[in-house]
Order: sequence, then structure tokens, then C-alpha cells
Amino acid sequence: MNTQVNIAGVTLKNPVMTGSGTFGSGMEYSEFVDLNRLGAVVTKGVANVPWPGNPTPRVAEVYGGMLNAIGLQNPGIDVFMERDIPFLKQYDTKIIVNVCGKTEEDYLEVVEKLADESAVSLLEINVSCPNVKEGAIAFGQKADALYHITERIKKKARQPIIMKLSPNVTDIAEMARAAEAAGADALSLINTITGMKIDIHRRCFALANRTGGMSGPAIKPVAVRMVYQASHAVRIPVIGMGGIATGEDAIEFILAGATAVSVGAMNFVDPYSTIKVIQGIEDYMRAYNVEDITDLIGAVV
Amino acid sequence: MKEKSKAMVLSQQEIAPRIYDLWLETALAAQAKPGQFIGVYPKNAATLLPRPISICEVNAKRNALRIVYRIAGQGTAEFSALKENDHVDILGTLGNGFPLETGKGRRCFLMGGGIGIPPILQLAKELEGDKSIILGYRDDNLFLAEEFAGYGQVYAATEDGSRGTKGNVLDAIAENALEADIIYACGPMPMLRAIKRYAAEHGIKAYISLEEHMACGVGACLGCVVKTREVDAHSHVHNARICTDGPVFDAEEVEI
Repeated sequence: MNTQVNIAGVTLKNPVMTGSGTFGSGMEYSEFVDLNRLGAVVTKGVANVPWPGNPTPRVAEVYGGMLNAIGLQNPGIDVFMERDIPFLKQYDTKIIVNVCGKTEEDYLEVVEKLADESAVSLLEINVSCPNVKEGAIAFGQKADALYHITERIKKKARQPIIMKLSPNVTDIAEMARAAEAAGADALSLINTITGMKIDIHRRCFALANRTGGMSGPAIKPVAVRMVYQASHAVRIPVIGMGGIATGEDAIEFILAGATAVSVGAMNFVDPYSTIKVIQGIEDYMRAYNVEDITDLIGAVV
Repeated sequence: MKEKSKAMVLSQQEIAPRIYDLWLETALAAQAKPGQFIGVYPKNAATLLPRPISICEVNAKRNALRIVYRIAGQGTAEFSALKENDHVDILGTLGNGFPLETGKGRRCFLMGGGIGIPPILQLAKELEGDKSIILGYRDDNLFLAEEFAGYGQVYAATEDGSRGTKGNVLDAIAENALEADIIYACGPMPMLRAIKRYAAEHGIKAYISLEEHMACGVGACLGCVVKTREVDAHSHVHNARICTDGPVFDAEEVEI
């Protein structure tokens, strides 16, 4: 039984990775999960300098999911390279660094610092965080802006780049094509869906940021639809995510056209989720006599 | 070592309106420290996240943990229906406890306000010091108060003045002319702010237990931060994670 998949020349032992921002740099969850078993660890977004993030409350539960407006709190690339990469290097898993920034130059600075870091297999470029005012999603909601930043990063990046797309757009296929045309090596989607919750008892917003990104099982159908549309608009591989809780969920994304999948918010619900998804994929393959996981990619058309 | 595991309900009762007293059988009891908390999972998949609830009491010999919580929403409403022998998923043990060594042999205030009182009970049992236990309530329902007897001198304050000192825990200190070298406290934010001020004015240490909306409970999501005076170890900004760096903090270190 083959569970290996290939993203831009990088072979993953299985298609299961972690959703950026839901797994730190793996340290916190290494107490629950053997990181060696994961296809890849995708780190929390890292910028050129430390970011303090948003005021609290930063998280709120909603029906079948949650809203977050963390605001990309992160220690900056220097601390990250001294601490987080050496930690992850101890494990036999691929390291994918999620890169964020306020300006194109911020992104480029991070990408350049990571250029000689051979332990980092892929870069995921966050142009889709809905919770910061500058940067991030400003690059991810217009096709020409996405094309521009993708092209600039691609020129500087030593590792293949994955552009992480926002679902908060009119036409996801157009965005996918823009990223591909600018040289993206892969796509990942969806980032969170912008939402809002109001505390009716206190008559105030549940999040200090007023709006937040929705994630969790409730968003899965939206994510499956967008992964289907994006993956059928481009030739580059797509990493699917959005509410994945089980192996069955992962298989659904793969059938829709995803080459790999990420487990995100469900890590908070069940710290063992990633391992359960890997086991669930294997169970499905056995049950249906699937020899090679890649036979399932985009198999429903 | 943290783990998510099944716990069995040993008993549950309502000890005050909407406040429940739940004993759970779990191997996590062996590692539980006063001031730590557990995440309790609703079964309803619409309410996904673990509810952070502080540990009220530990009986390691019986593998038993006690939590006392108030119904605050759907999740806790579901927990309130748990019966003996039911099972519930928990995550724990989470956070750092109160520092016990610092208070050893010294005059300590143990202060709890409202639903912040439960974690003070296990602290009262384990802390070796000269303990004045000051508990703040809304009205004459002094839940848990009797259980503190024997661990120190107990003082109560009620907002409506029906029992003890009329007012809050600081009013009780003033009325009884109490003094201490160190404070341990858990309660609503206005109370903790007042205690931080009181401690600063008296030049004594105060360890306060904070709460915030949480998602993961293990330090990964960065949802539950508090502003800190010093740069934090994780993100090198000024945001400590309440779940893993706390929930107990030196009051001087946090901006609340």
C-alpha cells in the first residue's frame, strides 16, 4: 500500500500535514503525537520580526467550529530559526514554513533568510489571513496582487512555494490560475472564512477584533467545493484543508482533487487528530483495496 | 505528561444555584497540582472545544479529581447533567499550579472570589504556611466555605452583606485588620486588579490565577494571552500564554 505523495518534488510519507497556526512548531503537540508519523509539519506563520498579534478575546466557539483572530502573533524569523527549526529537525518529517508579512519586502526577507536552510522542504506563503489589517489577505483577494507577490517570492525562494489561498474571494479558480501563472509550485486552501459572533447577553462582539476566521468541521463543504474548483483550474498540486477531522474527511478532499491534506482546528479538539486521520486513510485504502493513494487524487469529476 | 482520556463520573451535585460539584475518576489525579486545570469536552459535536475548568480538589489515592464549575453556556450545561458512572473526555493536567515553596512558613492570604474559590481549596490543603482564607461571595450561599475550616482562619465577604463582611475580599481584610507576606488569589478580573494594587501598595508578592477564552489549552493556538511586563519566552513580544505560562502569574508581571 502506497501512501506517499509528491508536492513539487518533495515526497511526503503520507498526505497528512498540520494546518498552519493550529500546531505551533510541533513542540506543544509532540507530547501527544509522534511527529515522525506526519507527512509534514506546517509551522505557524512567521514574519521578519516578532508580531504581538491582536487583543483578547482572540477565540470564540461557534456551531461546529470556531472563530479566531490571533493576528499572527509570532517570534519573528530569527528566533524561529534558532529554536523551532532545530526542534523540528529532530524528526523524520518534512518541514513546511508558513511565511507572513505586512509588505512584500517583509515576505522576501523571511524567504531569503530561509534560503540556505536545507531542512525546510517547502514554503507556504500566507496571503490569506483575515485577521491582520496590513499585508496577508491584502495580497490574496485580488488576482493581480496575488500574481505580483507570487512572482516576486518565486524569484527569491530557494524552496518550492505553496500559495495559501483565501476562501473570501468571488472566484477561487481565478485566484488559483493567477498563482500558478506567477510560478507557484503548489496551492493550499482554504484559509479560514471571515465570520463574526455577537455575545447577545453582553451586547458586544465575541472577539476583540470583531471579525475572525472560521474553521472546524462546519466549514468542510465549502472547503471541499473550493478544493475541487481550484484543483481543476490548475496543473500544480493542491493541499486541501478545512474542517478535516477523520480519515474519511481527508479522502473526500483527495477525491475532490487534493494531493495532500492538513488537519487544522481539530488539533484543538483532539490532540491525536493527525494520527487518527492517517490511520483512517489507511483503513479506507484497505477497505476499498486501494493500492496507491495517488489513484484517488481528483478521482471524482 | 498531558493526555486526553476518558474519566468516569463518581458523583455530581448542585451546591449553589447553577454551580456544580463534580468528582471524576481519572489517572490524571496522580499528577494534579493546586492551580492547574483540565479541559472538559462536551459530547455534542456542535460544541467542540474543551472547557477549561480549574481543579478544586485531588484525591490521588482514589484516582479522583474534583471540579466545581458554574453553568456558563451550552458546554457546562451539558456537564451539569452528568450522572454517576457516566464517562466524559478530559484533557490534562494543564497549566502550572500555584508556587507552594514561596509561601512555606509565611503569612499567606488565600483569596477566592465567586467561581474563583474552587481552586483555592486544594491550595489550602497543600500550602504549608500561616493561612488566612478570605472568600468573596455574591450572597449568603457560601458554597465550599465550610470545607476550608481546618486549613486556616476563614473569613467571608458578601456583596449583599448577608454574611461576613459586606463588600469584597479586600473589605474583609480591612475589617479584620489582617496582614500577610504573600497572596494567592483566583477570582473575577476586578478583584484580581484590586489585589494587584493592594500587593504593590504593601510591597508583597501576589500570585493570581487568570482566565481567558481558550481553544487548545496546550500553548499552540496563542488564543489566551495576557500582556506581560517582560518579553515572553514563546513569541518574544509581551504576551504570555495563560494556558501554559500560567494560569498563575506573579501579579507584578502581568498587565491586567
